[in-house]
Amino acid sequence: MDFLAPLIVIAVLTLVVLLVSAPLRGGASARAEERAELRRADLETARDLKYREIRDAELDYRTGKLSNADWRRIDRDLRAEAIEILRRLDELPPGPTEGAENVKEKEKEKA
Amino acid sequence: MATVGRACLILAFATCIYGIVASLYGARAHRPDWAESGRRAVYALAALSTLAFVVLEIAFLRTDLSFTIVASHSSTTTEWFYRAAAAWSSQEGSLLLWLWLLSVWSSLVLFLTRNRLRDVAPYATAVLLGFGAFFGGLLVFAVSPFGVLANPPAEGVGLNPLLRHPSMMIHPPMLYSGYTLFAVPFAFAVGALIVRRVDAEWIRSTRRFALAAWFFLGIGILLGARWSYSELGWGGYWAWDPVENASLLPWLTGTAFIHSLMIQEKRGMLKIWNSSLILATGTLAILGTFLVRSGILDSIHAFGASTLGIPFVTLIALMIAGSMALVVTRRDTLRSEQSIDSMLSREAIFLFNNLVLVAMAFVVFFWTFLPLITEALGNKVSVGPPVYNQYIVPLALILVLLSGIGPLAAWRRTTLKTVRRNFIWPIATAVVVVVVLLAAGVTQSWPSVLMFAFASLVIAVTVQEFARGAAARKAMAGENPVEATVTLIRRNRRRYGGYIVHCGMALLFVGVAASSAFQHAHDVVLKPGQTTRAGAYTIRYVNPTSSIGQRAGSLEKISFGAVLDVTKNGKHIATLHPSKAYYPSQDQADLGAVGRFFEGEATSEVGMKAGVNRDVWTAMSPDISKMRPIIDKGDKAFAGISGKVPPETQAQLLGQAITGLVQRYRTQPPPANFRVISSPLVAWIWIGGLVVFGGGLIALWPSGDPVMRRVRGRYAARVARDLGRA
Repeated sequence: MDFLAPLIVIAVLTLVVLLVSAPLRGGASARAEERAELRRADLETARDLKYREIRDAELDYRTGKLSNADWRRIDRDLRAEAIEILRRLDELPPGPTEGAENVKEKEKEKA
Repeated sequence: MATVGRACLILAFATCIYGIVASLYGARAHRPDWAESGRRAVYALAALSTLAFVVLEIAFLRTDLSFTIVASHSSTTTEWFYRAAAAWSSQEGSLLLWLWLLSVWSSLVLFLTRNRLRDVAPYATAVLLGFGAFFGGLLVFAVSPFGVLANPPAEGVGLNPLLRHPSMMIHPPMLYSGYTLFAVPFAFAVGALIVRRVDAEWIRSTRRFALAAWFFLGIGILLGARWSYSELGWGGYWAWDPVENASLLPWLTGTAFIHSLMIQEKRGMLKIWNSSLILATGTLAILGTFLVRSGILDSIHAFGASTLGIPFVTLIALMIAGSMALVVTRRDTLRSEQSIDSMLSREAIFLFNNLVLVAMAFVVFFWTFLPLITEALGNKVSVGPPVYNQYIVPLALILVLLSGIGPLAAWRRTTLKTVRRNFIWPIATAVVVVVVLLAAGVTQSWPSVLMFAFASLVIAVTVQEFARGAAARKAMAGENPVEATVTLIRRNRRRYGGYIVHCGMALLFVGVAASSAFQHAHDVVLKPGQTTRAGAYTIRYVNPTSSIGQRAGSLEKISFGAVLDVTKNGKHIATLHPSKAYYPSQDQADLGAVGRFFEGEATSEVGMKAGVNRDVWTAMSPDISKMRPIIDKGDKAFAGISGKVPPETQAQLLGQAITGLVQRYRTQPPPANFRVISSPLVAWIWIGGLVVFGGGLIALWPSGDPVMRRVRGRYAARVARDLGRA
């Protein structure tokens, strides 16, 4: 057991060094691309949150917490905000994370 | 194996330091490769601390007495499941558990956010590794769990008898999971403030971790209460003890946070409040960890004094100063994007709920630390439960009321007409409950009556919400009621899981209110054949019991007990067997050969008849002073023969003496002190806890991605159509 312990420690140390240094052994990434990707991620998050708000408002209306007039007004405002987010998303160049589903959807819209 | 464990901890500490430097450099120099390397340092930390923890667990399970920590906290006679849990009964083991849990949660959150929050994540990584370096540093330089003994003893000291309870196996890991999970949103809040990116994204990415922290901490607190009720022998589940309060404080502020974060997500409001809340919660979690073991405040739960006061106080001071500096310097960025439209809105009610929870936390904090502050000023002042209750009871009433009102309010605004329509049935239910209680003569405690009314309001609101939601789904999708309810919950886990949690809390508060206000409790000295009363119950001391507990051929404990007959209106209800167990002290020289058996740890085994309506709870403590002359006589006799007879003969004689003493207790029993309690609805505390547990699980459960995609896709198409027409 005494001779095993140093071997285990050396093996563990080697694995840790390999794991931690792996990104440094690769090339540097393009900063401009990263900034655009960050912006896209922000807007996609904002879009998802807005959709959730629209759903919640609808559930509030259907469970009697909002009057019809209030719901329509809130829903109209939220959709306007969602449209604005989509407009800003469209202004960005297509990102590498955009899935095939989104591309197909866009093609369908164009058609 | 100790060498491997020690090396893992040294490597873990070095990895933390490297990771902090790499992450900060990556963030400052905009070098994603370095930031990524820092993130991987967290994964390495998780692997190293896991290996160290496994080494320690193996040592405990094998009872490797060459490890100092095993020799002082376990023994060959300790059951295997308590041996597994004994690791965290020590200071060193509990610090290692902290480090391990922290590294696991940190790895998980950094893996889940690997493609998001790229500006915030490196700073959050540095903060999480900072905690890792702190605990790793303590384990390397101050209190190593891998210390070894040159001459291992033949037998270990064993686990503290008070901790030999199933709850105690799970309670510390649950509390520590809560504390370490709160470090995640804390770290991301710090990161978001540093880069001034204070939108809801950091909240969205760590919300589930905050919820999980709240969930695990809540389970830990409840398990602690259950342990206190059934093991400590004083008859209560909550004593406003400093160690209990230390876990309650981050839970209270964490509860406020998981409500108010929704306002920031939905309305872009309360950014300063949310940042401050989670920074305070993270700091309170570290304070809680420290208080449990420090012994700086008198507590029935203090199992040892810590030598780590200065490092912990330094860390806490750093966290407070850093948090304040960040919030103050970022106050311009933290301005709300919108304001509250109406006081009749969900955000307004959440805000009131937050104020109540923070007020509760402030009350608990103030009275918990008052003894420490006043002692420093030269005149120590301590307060008991009545002082806490004076403030906490009205605040708890408001809190329960708000959790009944909140679900019925819509975001942004609710009209009075809608309020009237939504509240008719819940208020009618509450009024009926009050009328029934008054008719039944329940007028002794108005706060309790109000609590019953508010709790029934919460339950009625929850039922109404589920019914209306299911009806809405039935109308929209044509599903049957069961299907509609299941789909409703599945698609809105957070909302409906939260409602179930409210329901569970209401039940829990009903149990607390009833058992506190309508409890019959008293202490009495009884001889066999005598009776006493607890409420409507008559309790007769039938006869004494005594036994010797042996494990692996050696005496483990001496138990003195009683058989109690419980009757109500002459009808037999239960036979209870409370007892007190005495574990021998390891100090043989000063306490005497016989006396040492009564000078070690003593534990109470409660005799209890638990029911949905009422618990009859009893504990006993024999008057050992009446047996003292015989014990002293035995000590003198054994001191006289010490060294004159062979050790085997002496052990045999001692065995006979103890057996004689135990038999004598049955034939000539001294009077015994009994605590008898009749408490209504205590079971509802545990039932409410289970409901909270269920609701919390629903809220925590990840949403099915395909469903989310479909929903998003549908709305996206609708918005896209609107966009096309515009």
